Amino acid sequence: MSRPHEFEILFDGTPLPCRDGWTIGAALTAAGVRSWRTTRHGQRPRGLFCGIGICFDCLVTVNGQPSLRACLVPANPGDDVRTQEGTAR
Amino acid sequence: MTEHRVDLAVIGAGPAGMAAALAAAEAGTRVAVIDAGVRPGGQYWRSPAPGAGPFRPATLHHGWRRFTSTDTRLTELAGTGRVLRLAGHHVWSILPAGDEWSVHCVLGAEPRQHGTPAPVTVHARRLVIATGAYDRQLPFPGWDLPGVITAGGGQALLKGNLVVAGQTVVVAGTGPFLLPVADGLARYGARVAAVIEANSPLAFARFPRAVLGATGKLGEATGYAGRLLRHRVAVRHRHVVLRALGTDRLTGVLVGKLDRAGRVRAGTEREIACDVLAVGWGFTPQLELPLQLGCATRVDVDGSLVVTVDEDQATSVAGVWAAGEATGVGGADLATVEGRLAGLAAAASFGADEVGDDRALRRRRTSLRGFASAMHQVYPIPQVMLERCSDETLVCRCEEVDAGTIRRAVVELGATEARIVKLLARPGMGWCQGRVCGFATACLTARHAGRPVAEADLRAFADRVIAAPTPLGQLATWPGDEPPAGDGG
Ligand SMILES: Cc1cc2nc3c(=O)[nH]c(=O)nc-3n(C[C@H](O)[C@@H](O)[C@H](O)COP(=O)(O)OP(=O)(O)OC[C@H]3O[C@@H](n4cnc5c(N)ncnc54)[C@H](O)[C@@H]3O)c2cc1C
Ligand code: FES
Repeated sequence: MSRPHEFEILFDGTPLPCRDGWTIGAALTAAGVRSWRTTRHGQRPRGLFCGIGICFDCLVTVNGQPSLRACLVPANPGDDVRTQEGTAR
Repeated sequence: MTEHRVDLAVIGAGPAGMAAALAAAEAGTRVAVIDAGVRPGGQYWRSPAPGAGPFRPATLHHGWRRFTSTDTRLTELAGTGRVLRLAGHHVWSILPAGDEWSVHCVLGAEPRQHGTPAPVTVHARRLVIATGAYDRQLPFPGWDLPGVITAGGGQALLKGNLVVAGQTVVVAGTGPFLLPVADGLARYGARVAAVIEANSPLAFARFPRAVLGATGKLGEATGYAGRLLRHRVAVRHRHVVLRALGTDRLTGVLVGKLDRAGRVRAGTEREIACDVLAVGWGFTPQLELPLQLGCATRVDVDGSLVVTVDEDQATSVAGVWAAGEATGVGGADLATVEGRLAGLAAAASFGADEVGDDRALRRRRTSLRGFASAMHQVYPIPQVMLERCSDETLVCRCEEVDAGTIRRAVVELGATEARIVKLLARPGMGWCQGRVCGFATACLTARHAGRPVAEADLRAFADRVIAAPTPLGQLATWPGDEPPAGDGG
């Protein structure tokens, strides 16, 4: 069966619309979400910054695996995306 | 582990790498073209996956036909076995092995993700480095607020996903690249509240020869300016962003106008409401691989560290050529020309019989480089951004080091070199390994030490033992005693 062009992913339990070929970062941005992580020391919110895998600001937990770059990870139907505190290690 | 053996490995499949691979392959060389990205084209020709929506290249791209014809030729040559196209391959290390290089790659869109394919090693007798660049950043209060993104990041989100970064966007920084970013966002439905450009294109009048040598470049910029006018986007020259406003996300920016001396003119500060700020101050070449290989570097007109190359794009290391932004930021046209010359030179080193007359290419490179040099002088880093960098301003976003900590390391602890500041105050020691704050830390260190930025300051933030973050398990083949800390995880 071919993949649907449009599907949903979960962000902290809430379904967000997503298109095939989007990264997790693109899906969150399209839904108006601007941050999905807090920093280790100052607990400051962070989201997308460089958009190309350079800065590591966009770290996120996907399907239980922490510290993945949201701007690089392709979204898949039903992905369970969660905010993360610090480096969550 | 999978292994491939080729004559030439080209690292990077942007405009420079694609041109190099095609030129070398057409001259008879067996080439592997390796790129971290899942689709070819690099930053300039980044394209969305088919599912992302209807994509009309003309709305976002220049020279798209050059891309598709190069891409088609490479695919044809891949069919004959002459070219090996390796997408989603992040090169993290290149080591000499006898008379070859071993190019070590980790795979996947995000190689740290579980379930990515096993690592790959490409053995090659020659290398072309075409790793491009990333946005150069300067710190200012609030630049770490969610909603502040890089200009290139906004462009990548749009070109790669057809997603606009926000509803109301301010595009800021310096350089002609701000115009296509603003134009793309406006075309795809964002309201671009303003383009805040620190310099003025009128300064091109000082470089008539450079401009005449590359007339197409100015035409491109005029085209963007005209379209921005139609979208009612105000381009404010000699203005800078002073502060990003908001508590947990961006709500606006404070901007000010610069006077003749480059200071913020009193009474010109004003706020612009926006939910996204896309900011960039030129580009920083991506040099960890050429530095690993021991290639000589120099400081370019724009203050960036770049790989030194000769007339044939050869680096100081035998068997290694470099092309594109890695040898000096100059845009996609220059990258293409340099890539072609590098590919031809690498092919010629194998005794390729038909390399042809490349004099026209060399002339074109001279004029495009002349234009790039003028561009760097027209769009310099505004020193006022560094002057105004208050102690509380965050500099290193990863380790959360502020400008005061860097100042004290220099002024109170006597660390007058960026390398020592990095050890004492830890800027550039976190996840990104100084890719984002390295340039600014080098500038601030030199400033507090009362001297100009030196090549060593920039190198302190460009030398990295691993060029791409790697799942630690995959470093089992690491040749030293233990894998270096920092990038793994
Ligand atoms: C985010 C961003 C967006 C940009 N968008 C535009 C634009 O829209 N218009 C414009 O005129 N200019 C743009 N630029 C400027 C850009 O530098 C272009 O001038 C042009 O793409 C340069 O071509 P290049 O071949 O030198 O490098 P690039 O196009 O950057 O290509 C370099 C390639 O090398 C790959 N690479 C780097 N390191 C490794 C590694 N270790 N392993 C494997 N692969 C690696 C990268 O994935 C990339 O695909 C952008 C720059 C950035 C950073
Ligand atoms: S936004 Fe910079 S790494 Fe993802």
